[in-house]
Amino acid sequence: MIKEYLENWTGLVNTVKIGATPQEGGTRRKTITVGGEKTLAFLFKEGHLPNKPVIAYEIWDIKPIDWPEELTNYYSDVWSDPLDWAEKVANVYKADLLCVRLMGIHPEINRDIDYELNFIKNLLKRVNLPLIIVGCGDDEKDNTVLPLCSQITKNERCLIGEVTQDNYKILTAAVLADGHNIIAQSPIDINIAKQLNILISDMGLSFDRIVINPTVGALGYGLEYTYSIMERLRLAALNQDKVISSPFICFVGQESWRAKEAKARQDEFYSWGKESRRGPLWEMITAVSLVLAGADILVMRHPKAIEKIKEYIELMFKNNF
Amino acid sequence: MSLSSLEIYKLLPKTNCRQCGFPTCLAFAMQLAKKAVSIDKCPFLSEEAKKTLEESSLPPIRLITIGKEDAKLEIGNETVLFRHEEKFYHPTGIGVILEDDLPDSEIIKIIKKIKGLEFERIGQKLKLDLIAIRNRSSSLDGFLKVIDLVVKETSSFSLVFMSQKIDFLKKALELYSGLKPLIYKATKDNYLELTQLAKSYGIVLVVSAENLDELSLLTKELNKMGFFEIVLEPQADSVSSLLWNLTQIRRLALKRRERSLGYPTLVVLEDTDKDLEILFASTYLIKYAGILLINTSEPEDILGILTLRQNIYTDPQKPLQIEPKLYPVGTANQNSPVLVTTNFSLTYYTVLGEVEASKIPSYILSVDTEGMSVLTAWAAEKFTASSIVTAMEKANLKEKVSHRSLIIPGYVALMSGELEERSGWQVIVGPKEASGIPSFLKNL
Ligand code: SF4
Repeated sequence: MIKEYLENWTGLVNTVKIGATPQEGGTRRKTITVGGEKTLAFLFKEGHLPNKPVIAYEIWDIKPIDWPEELTNYYSDVWSDPLDWAEKVANVYKADLLCVRLMGIHPEINRDIDYELNFIKNLLKRVNLPLIIVGCGDDEKDNTVLPLCSQITKNERCLIGEVTQDNYKILTAAVLADGHNIIAQSPIDINIAKQLNILISDMGLSFDRIVINPTVGALGYGLEYTYSIMERLRLAALNQDKVISSPFICFVGQESWRAKEAKARQDEFYSWGKESRRGPLWEMITAVSLVLAGADILVMRHPKAIEKIKEYIELMFKNNF
Repeated sequence: MSLSSLEIYKLLPKTNCRQCGFPTCLAFAMQLAKKAVSIDKCPFLSEEAKKTLEESSLPPIRLITIGKEDAKLEIGNETVLFRHEEKFYHPTGIGVILEDDLPDSEIIKIIKKIKGLEFERIGQKLKLDLIAIRNRSSSLDGFLKVIDLVVKETSSFSLVFMSQKIDFLKKALELYSGLKPLIYKATKDNYLELTQLAKSYGIVLVVSAENLDELSLLTKELNKMGFFEIVLEPQADSVSSLLWNLTQIRRLALKRRERSLGYPTLVVLEDTDKDLEILFASTYLIKYAGILLINTSEPEDILGILTLRQNIYTDPQKPLQIEPKLYPVGTANQNSPVLVTTNFSLTYYTVLGEVEASKIPSYILSVDTEGMSVLTAWAAEKFTASSIVTAMEKANLKEKVSHRSLIIPGYVALMSGELEERSGWQVIVGPKEASGIPSFLKNL
C-alpha cells in the first residue's frame, strides 16, 4: 500500500475579517473572513482550509479612461455615476465584496476632496457590502484623502490601502484608530513584505489586520514572479513565520486588462482568436494561477470572468468544505 | 536525490581491503557519492547493496520520450516540488484530442487549425506538442483513416493513439509504430497484452488506475515484465482529488523515492464547459501534469494555456534575456528615433511590439541590465546614465543616426539630467507604459 506523503505544517495563515454588521457597530449586511489556511491551495486532505478565496468587484469613483471595449460593454451604462456602478455590481452581478479605487483624487484629475468623501458616504448608504478602499497610487494625495475616508467609514471594518515601505505611517495610524484593516504592498520581494509587516505591527496594528499585496504580474507579463513569491511566502507562513503569515490580495483585473492579449481586437491580431473570449480568459487564467499560489482576495473586473472563477472555487471546495 | 557518502558507506563491506584501489571503504564511498568511480570496482558488494546504489543513481522521475525527430516530446525528470527551489525542466506536453467519428472535412479543418496555432512571445515560439486520435467511433476503419489523415497533413506533432480495443491499437501500430506514438491506455484488465505490444515496438504506454495503490501495483507488474516506458494517468472523481493525486505522485517520487510512481503524468480533460476546461487544464499544468490532452483548438484557449506554460517553466534563477545591442525596427535609417530600454526579454519585446504597431521605423537600444526590468534595474543601479552611455558607445550609435536625441522610459525621467550631461545628447522622456509608445512616436 502506498502511504500518502503529508507535510506536517505547524503554522497557519492569519485570519482577517472585512466588514462590520450592525451588531458589530457597522452597517454592512455581512462580513467576509479570509485566511486561516493550514495547507497549500486545495490540499484538503492535508490541512484545514476554513475560508474560500473571495472575489471583489473593482469599481472606480470616475469613469475609467482606458478600460477596453470588452469591459465597457458591461459597465458603460453606469459610468456616469459611480454609485450606480456600485449598485449594479451589488444587485445585478451579486458581488460579495466591493473594491473602490479612488482614481479621481489623482493629481492629473484632482477631484474635489469633499466630492470624494460624499461619494464614500453615499456608497455606504446605497450598498451594504463589505468594502475595500484603495487610493490612486500618488503618495501625497493618498495620504491626504485615505485617512479622511478611514474616518468617515469608522467601525465599518474596511480593508484600506495601500501602504508601502516608504509610506505607511499616516494611513496605518488612521486605520488603527478607526478599526479597519490595511493592505501592505511590496514589490515582488519577500524581504520587503516582511519588513513592512514588522513596521506596521510596530505601530500597534496587529497582524490579523494586515493583508499583503505581493504585486501582481498578469499571465504572460511576469505572472511567474508573483506566483513564486506567493508560494514562498505561503510556505513560510505554514512553517510558522508569524511575521508574514498574512492573507494575500491580488489585483488581478487591473493587471490582466493591461495585457495586449486581453485587449487587442481580433482584427489587429487575427491569429489570437476572439477578444470577447480571450480577454476574460486572460483574467481567469491569471486568477486561477494566483489562487493556486495562495491568493485569498482577488480584485477582478469582468463579470463573466468573475462568475467562472467563483464556479471554479465552488467546484474545488465541493465535498471538501 | 543521490545518497550521501555516509549512506553509501553503510552499504559497503567495511573491511578496508583496498581491492577497489582506495585505502578505505569510506574513501571509496566518498568517490562514489561524487560519481567519480563506478560501483563495480568493489568486488564484495552484496546484490542488495548494488541494487540500492544503482537505483539511487537513477533520476527519481523517469525521463520519457514520445514521438520522432521534429515532433519529439520529452517529459519527466523533474527534481523539485516548487519552481523557486530550482526550476521545472520539461514543459508539459499539450495536445488536442481528435475524435475519429467526425466527418473527414471537419477533421482536416481541425488539423489545419492546429497547425496554424503558433505564437511568438518574448522571442520564443509557442506551439502544441501532440495530436491525440481518439477512437470514439468504435470502428477500426474510422480510427485508421483519421490517423492516416493526420500523418498526411503534418509531421510536426507527436501522436497519441487512444482506443479501448487492443486489436485496434495493434493494427494502428503495425502501420505507424515508426512514429513512436504514445499508447492510451493500459489498465489492470488489459496490461499484459498491451505491455507486450508496447515493449515489442519500443514505445511508451499510458498506465491508468483508479487510485495510487492500484497505479503503483500496475507499474510494478510492468517493471517485472521488463517494461519502464510509462506515463501515469491517475484517475479521480473530482478536480481537487486529481490535484491531490498529482501532488502525491510528485511528492512520493521526489521525497520518498517511490519508484513505482516515478514517472511523468497525463491528464485527459473532459469536454464540458469550455472556460472551466481551460481553468482545470491550467490547474493541472501548474501542479505537475506531464501531458495535458484537451478538447479545444480555439486560438484564444491555446494562446492562454501556452503562455501559462511558458511562465511556469521559465527558469526562476535566470530571467529571459536578449542580447544587449542596437535593434533596428522596420526600415530604420539615420533619422529614426532611438528608444532606450533594458535587456529583460519581457520589457524588450513589449516595447518592440508597440514600436512595430506604431509603424514608425525606429531603433531600440537594449542596455545590459542583466535581464532586469526598467524599474528593478534602475533601483539596482544597472540601468543608469553610465550604463546607457556604455551601450551607446558599444553600438556606435553616433554613426548610426545623424540626430542626437534619445528617448528614455517615463519611469526613469529622473536620470535625464545626468544622462544629457554624460552623453551630450538631448534626452526626451517617453511614456511610462509601453502602450503609450505608438501615440508618443506619432506626436514626436
Ligand atoms: S573493495 Fe570494497 S570492501 Fe574493499 S576497500 Fe574497497 S570498498 Fe571496501
